[in-house]
Amino acid sequence: MSPSEKYTAAAYLVVFVGVLAYVLIIAAKVQRLQRDLASLIELLRAREVEGLPDDLRLPASGG
Amino acid sequence: MKRARLPQLVVATTAVLAAALALIFFYAPTDADQGLSQRIFYFHVPIALTAYACFGFGAWKALRHLWTRVDGADLESYVAIHQGVIFGSLTLLTGSLWAKISWGVWWAWSDNQLVLFLVLFLFYCAYFMLRYSVDPGPARANMCAVYALFGVVLIPVSFLAIRLSRSFIHPVVFTSHGPQMTHAQFLTFCVAFLGMLLLFATLYQLELAGKRLDAQLKELRELLA
Repeated sequence: MSPSEKYTAAAYLVVFVGVLAYVLIIAAKVQRLQRDLASLIELLRAREVEGLPDDLRLPASGG
Repeated sequence: MKRARLPQLVVATTAVLAAALALIFFYAPTDADQGLSQRIFYFHVPIALTAYACFGFGAWKALRHLWTRVDGADLESYVAIHQGVIFGSLTLLTGSLWAKISWGVWWAWSDNQLVLFLVLFLFYCAYFMLRYSVDPGPARANMCAVYALFGVVLIPVSFLAIRLSRSFIHPVVFTSHGPQMTHAQFLTFCVAFLGMLLLFATLYQLELAGKRLDAQLKELRELLA
């Protein structure tokens, strides 16, 4: 590989790796938000058992 | 733009960027002077222009926040500036690689375009220091909006520096006589630029959706506490 080819490949690789790293960070954040949401749903279900009015009851989860 | 458009944006971005890569490596002619390394231009310049667009969009959202107090404009401004810093980092990295192979140096302090872009980049990096040193609330939103608006003044200065400068180390492609390149090169550049703008739109929507969801969950947690 000539120096010109190496530097051109490096430039395009930098962009690819940069965007990939960003997408992975966002994916990790979405996973954290999903866990937070699941814990909140669990909390709500626990309170529901304790006796929430019918109009505030959560619908049964579809799986 | 509604969140439901995100899947379509992802598909469009992937398609346009793939087309841009095909044009760059299989259609655009090889530069007689610089050879293969000139092909860095097709990503480096669109990324730099997209960084300007991000900062400009962030300033526009900041103005909307100050002018109309519309809900969410502060968050939108923050996300656009964050994207601008990411695209700015990629501009500096790809530019350094291109400079090394073309000029033999990683950086040239004598080049006004490079230095002014760095100033613009550092100015917007400092935006995050301001944002995270103040407690969330209307005061922080106002301060950040004013700061984002000040920064936008640097964009035309940075863009025009190369044309006003007496140093000609940095190539000038877009002059008052139009783009100084062949039709094939110009078409490739336009497709690559469109791809970068779409990439910005996609990442912006993705990050904004995450931030909004985070804020809603925080609010819900506080309500349940």
